[in-house]
This record gives sequence, C-alpha cells and structure tokens, in this order.
Amino acid sequence: MNNTSATVPLNYLNHKTGLWSWLSSTDHKRIGLLYLYSITIFFCVAAVLGLLMRIEKFAPGPTIMTAQTYNGMFTIHGIIMIFIVVIPGLAAVFGNIFLPIMIGAKDVAFPKLNLFSWYIYITGACLGLYSQFANGHSPDTGWTFYVPYSAEASSNVVIALTAAFVLGFASILTGLNFIVTIHRLRAPGMTWFRMPLFPWSLYATAWIQLLATPIVGITLLMVIAERTLQIGFFDPTLGGDPVLYQHLFWIYSHPAVYVMILPAMGVVTEIFPTFSQKPVFGYVPIVFSSLAIALVGYFVWGHHMFTSGMSYESRWFFSFLTFLVAIPSAIKVFNWLSTMYGGSVDLKPPLLYAISFIFLFTIGGFTGLTLGSLATNIQVHNTDFVVAHFHYIIFGGMGFGFFAGIHYWYPKIYGRMYNFKWANIAWGFLFIGFNILYFPLFIIGIQGMPRRYFDYDPKFQTGQMISSVGAVILVIGLIGMISNLVYHVRRGAIAPANPWHGVTLEWQIPSPPPHENFDEVPVITHGPYVFDNPHTKND
Amino acid sequence: MTTSEHIEHSEHIDSDTGKLGMWLFLFTELFLFGGLFIVYAVMRSKYAADFHHAALELNVLIGATNTVVLLVSSMTVAMSLTAIQQKQKNLAIGLIFITLILAGVFMVNKYFEWGHKISLHLYPGSEVMKTLPHGEIMFFGLYYMMTGLHALHVIIGGILLTIVMMRISSGKINQEHYLLQENGALYWHLVDLIWIFLFPLLYLIT
Repeated sequence: MNNTSATVPLNYLNHKTGLWSWLSSTDHKRIGLLYLYSITIFFCVAAVLGLLMRIEKFAPGPTIMTAQTYNGMFTIHGIIMIFIVVIPGLAAVFGNIFLPIMIGAKDVAFPKLNLFSWYIYITGACLGLYSQFANGHSPDTGWTFYVPYSAEASSNVVIALTAAFVLGFASILTGLNFIVTIHRLRAPGMTWFRMPLFPWSLYATAWIQLLATPIVGITLLMVIAERTLQIGFFDPTLGGDPVLYQHLFWIYSHPAVYVMILPAMGVVTEIFPTFSQKPVFGYVPIVFSSLAIALVGYFVWGHHMFTSGMSYESRWFFSFLTFLVAIPSAIKVFNWLSTMYGGSVDLKPPLLYAISFIFLFTIGGFTGLTLGSLATNIQVHNTDFVVAHFHYIIFGGMGFGFFAGIHYWYPKIYGRMYNFKWANIAWGFLFIGFNILYFPLFIIGIQGMPRRYFDYDPKFQTGQMISSVGAVILVIGLIGMISNLVYHVRRGAIAPANPWHGVTLEWQIPSPPPHENFDEVPVITHGPYVFDNPHTKND
Repeated sequence: MTTSEHIEHSEHIDSDTGKLGMWLFLFTELFLFGGLFIVYAVMRSKYAADFHHAALELNVLIGATNTVVLLVSSMTVAMSLTAIQQKQKNLAIGLIFITLILAGVFMVNKYFEWGHKISLHLYPGSEVMKTLPHGEIMFFGLYYMMTGLHALHVIIGGILLTIVMMRISSGKINQEHYLLQENGALYWHLVDLIWIFLFPLLYLIT
C-alpha cells in the first residue's frame, strides 16, 4: 500500500493502513464497512442454515437432521437474520457510509459512540453465535422467544436473550447518533426539504429504533429474570400473563420490520431518479409516507396476535391500522413507478435490483393484507403462508434493497467497478431462485402446511420440493453476486467519481471519498434531484 | 495531520449537539422503565387485592427517606453546575461529592431494605414466596425488578458523577466546557425522576 499511496490520491481506505487503524477508526465510512463485512459474514452463516433447513424439507421425515437440530436451526437462522443482519442492515452500513456525505457533513455527530456501537454489536453477535454452540443446546424457541416455552426450555435461551438485548443497545445508539446528526450537521443551505430521501428514511427509521427498542430490551430482561430469578411475569403457573409478553414483544418487533424496510425504501428512492435521469416524483409525499409508516407502524403490533386471545375491539382496531399502513407504502410504490415514467431509463444492475424490489415488496405487501384481515388470518396464521409473506418483505424487500444499494454505491465505496454481465446473471439466479423458493410456500401455506415444522404430510411434498430447488438456485445467485463484488474490490476497472450521473452530494466527491469527505464545506442552493438532462423537466 | 484536528473536533462536541444526544438517550431510558410500568399496570388491575396486601410489607419511612435523599441530591448536582459556570471549582467538586454521599446513603438504605425482605424469605423462588397468592408473588417480583434496575442506574450515575468530579479537579471540565457535567446531571435527574414514580407506585398506593 505504501508504494501506491504516492501515486493514488489519499482516501479513507488508504490514508492509514493496518488492522488496528480499522478497529480503532472513528471514520463513519470505515465503521460502515466494518458493519458491511460483519453483516455479510453473519448473513452467509444464516443463509447456510436456511439452505440446510430447505434440504431437510426436500422429503418428508428426517432427511439430514433430527427434529431438535431443526428447531435449533430455525431459531438461530431467525436470531441471526433478524437481530444481526437485517435490523442493523442498511442503516448501519449505507447509513453510516452515506448519511454524513449526503447531508454534507464530515462525520456523524458522535464518532466515538459510533465505533462503540459497532463493538457492542459485535459482542451481541458473538453471543448470538455462542448460544448456538454452547453445551450443544442451541435455543429452540424461535426468534420470538414466546413464553411460557422460553421460560422453561432447557436450551441456551438466556444467552440468546442476552445477545438480543445487547444488539438492541447497539441499534438504539446508532439511531440516536443519526437523529442528532441529521438535526445538527446538515450543510449550510441544506434545509429539511432539500435533504435527499435516503437520509429522510434513515431519520424515520432512527426514531423507531430509539422509541421501540427499549421496550423489547426490558421485555427480554424480564424473561431473563424469569429464568434466572424465578420471577413469574409471564409464566401462568406463577400468575404471569403470556399474552402480555406477546404484546410487549411485538410493540418492538413489529416496528422493527419498518426499521428493516424503511432504509431499503430510501435506497431505491435514490436509485430510481439516478437511473431515470429525472427528478423523483413526489418528493414531499415520499417524505411524509416515510414518517407515516414509522408512526402508524408503531401501532399495528396486535396483528401478530389475532389468534392469541384479544378482545374483538382490539382485533378490528389493529386490523384497521394494518390496512392504514398500506397506504403510505403504496404511495411510495406509485412514486417510484412515476419517477421512471418518461425518464431515460438505464437498466444497469442497481436499477434491476430496485425494480425487483418493487415487484417482490408488492407481493409481500398484498399478502400482508391477507394476514391483516381478521377472517383470512385465522386460516393462514402460523402457516408457511406467513413464512412466504415475511420473506417476500424482508428478503425480497430489505434484502434486494440492500443488493440494489451495494451495486449502486460500490464504485463510490471502493473506487472500482464490478462486472455488469456477471452482476446481471447473478441477479437472474437470485430473482428466479427467490420466487421458486418462496412462492410455493404461499400455496402450501393456504393448504394448511404449518410453519416451523420439521416434518410434513406427503401431500405437501411437491410444494416443498420445488421450494428446496429454489433455495439451491438462490444460493448459486448469492455466491455469484458476492464473488463478483469481492473479486472486483481490487481488480475491477477504476470507477469515475460519478459513473451513474447521480446528482446527490456523494457523487460530487472523488471515489473513494477522501478521509474528511469534503475539501470544503458544500453550500446547498437547491433541492436534491436536479438533473441537467434537457429531455426531462426539473422541479 | 488531519487526524489530530479530527480528534480535537470530537473531544469538544458542541454543547447543543451533546445535550440533544443525552436527551434522546434519556427518552430511551424512560421507555425501558415504561415496559415495567405497563406490566405493573396490567398486573395491578388483575390482582388489586394482592397488590394491596403485599405493598403493606414495604417500609414507607425508608422509602420516604430515600425520596428526600434523592431530591436533595438532584438539587446539589444542579447547584454544582451553577458553581462551575461561576468558576467556583472547589464548590462544584464539593457539591458533587455531597451528591455522591447522598447516592451512597440511598444505596445503604436500599441494602437494608432488601436485606430485611430477604431475611423474611420474601424473595423470588423462596419457600415462603411459593405459599403466597399469585398477585403478591408478582408484586414482589416487580418490586425487586424495578428497584433493582433503578439501583443499577444509581450506581451508573454515581460512576458518571465520579468521573465528572475527577475531570473538574483536573480542569478538563471548566467554565467553558462543562458538557459532560451537564449530561451527568441530566442523567442524575432521570434517576431521581424514575424514583419519584416508583415510590408512590410501590410504597404509597396500598
């Protein structure tokens, strides 16, 4: 590196080298990359667990593992994917790298706290992994830790609960950092409504992180107390109330879904204008739909509990709010499509992923309404239909949003370009594999296949087999995508500062960005999506 | 070198930014205890009579003493902030020291209170506890959880204020830069505030 630093201009990647310079860096871009690498590793671990589960279900009866192993696997798959991968996910990676740049700041408001959050995150992540292996009793409660089973199970539930608690703390501190950053560090002239939409979505996300995570924190602590001190908050044999646990758990864990999806929406909102060379359609409605999703999403948790025993009034109220939250989501979909309409659409890999995001998210959203209706909910509750819906939202939405984001910002992050053809082929495998994997689950779910079952009635075998084949195709796509990206970090063609002709601030600085982002503080004089393209009308 | 500038920049975070961060953090603390308050509310409505009986076991005098102790400590920590703004370094150190003594008094009272309950075998999982009705078990469970979590916050607040005191004496906190002291005081007020809610809920409503 020292030889090249004479010729290559100094940037955040090469201004200091060595492992310690990364582990002690308070540079938001480096911390974002630390998150990217750790999240990728954990994602691969949990994806392998998912693949093993699918192989197990290729045929009825035990195939490659015992029932207890399967229970441990779906639990750890869930804990890793939810708490370690998708909740920090986009916000911690792209939020850290690009939020300060997009609002014209040198760093986040509390750089040391930012690094500290990563260490908390890694501690929690390692605890989560440890719970899988310690004493050979991986937790088998599912990632939801429902009592009374989680209070009684003899597996490593306490370690897993502690892991989730610690990870929640990291999430809170990241959210806090982002809120303060957006309030205090916007560049001169960058008023709230001149801010790009990705920072706006992070702002909405951060408030959910801040206001919802403490509730699950104390709830998990109460389950820990229940197991270690025999305090029976939720255990009916000690006078506790298991439904109360479900309420407290979902008060956080439903908004957590919006913590996952809102930043993904923010990412594709950046991608559509850039690859259409046209201002985003309906800037203000998108801003307010983000805030509305955050606000209403806070009050829909009861729709996870329609069959758990709630009054009729609560059920229709939660159902009504669930339908209400679909409105701002739909507004966003209309805005994205209208942004492309009449633009000079350039179907590069980031846009390909962003369009598949819309497709998959829409399927996930509509099936969410099936689950949110009181009558149909009883039929499909706790079936594979839920699994399919959930993965369409989380993997099809947040996952593809993440893939879109990494393909969009990759040249900015590394100053290199990946191979387009390779990326397109990998996308084909991912998109087709994804649908083959999850769509059959809708059908066998409606037919009555319960979720989380290790074995199944032979009548579901066709659906299960197709789904397992899809899993293999999906994994091939993942390997193709990740290897394309990893391979070209050092070997890719040198990327220009602005390969996509983007107009937000991150494209106005060199690739990779210099250590302090901007040589001089940018002064903002207009909105974020003003294109010079003569064929399209600017706002 | 740009790094040295950078470090200096982050060591003196601008005061409004630092305080905004602290206030947001305090919100999350309130929500943390909020979860326990919800459980308390639900359980109280479910087992009103048992809660009434169990609450009679608590010593209102110790509870009231501790309330006064914390209120006074909140005052002294606020006074120390005024002292540092008026360049009275030694007075500020003295006032924080008094705050720490009061925190100690609070914890000693708490220790005797818990010790007394435990000597009566009123702790979760004990044989005596198992003979009690569900509502009373729940009350004591909540009592230990809420006051325990609060006591943990007293300890954290005490450590924070000790650091503040050392920084005042070394001159790092001074008339110009007292963000850490301000945030420490804010945290201490939160500890006080939560107690103001715990005291009536656990000791007074019988």
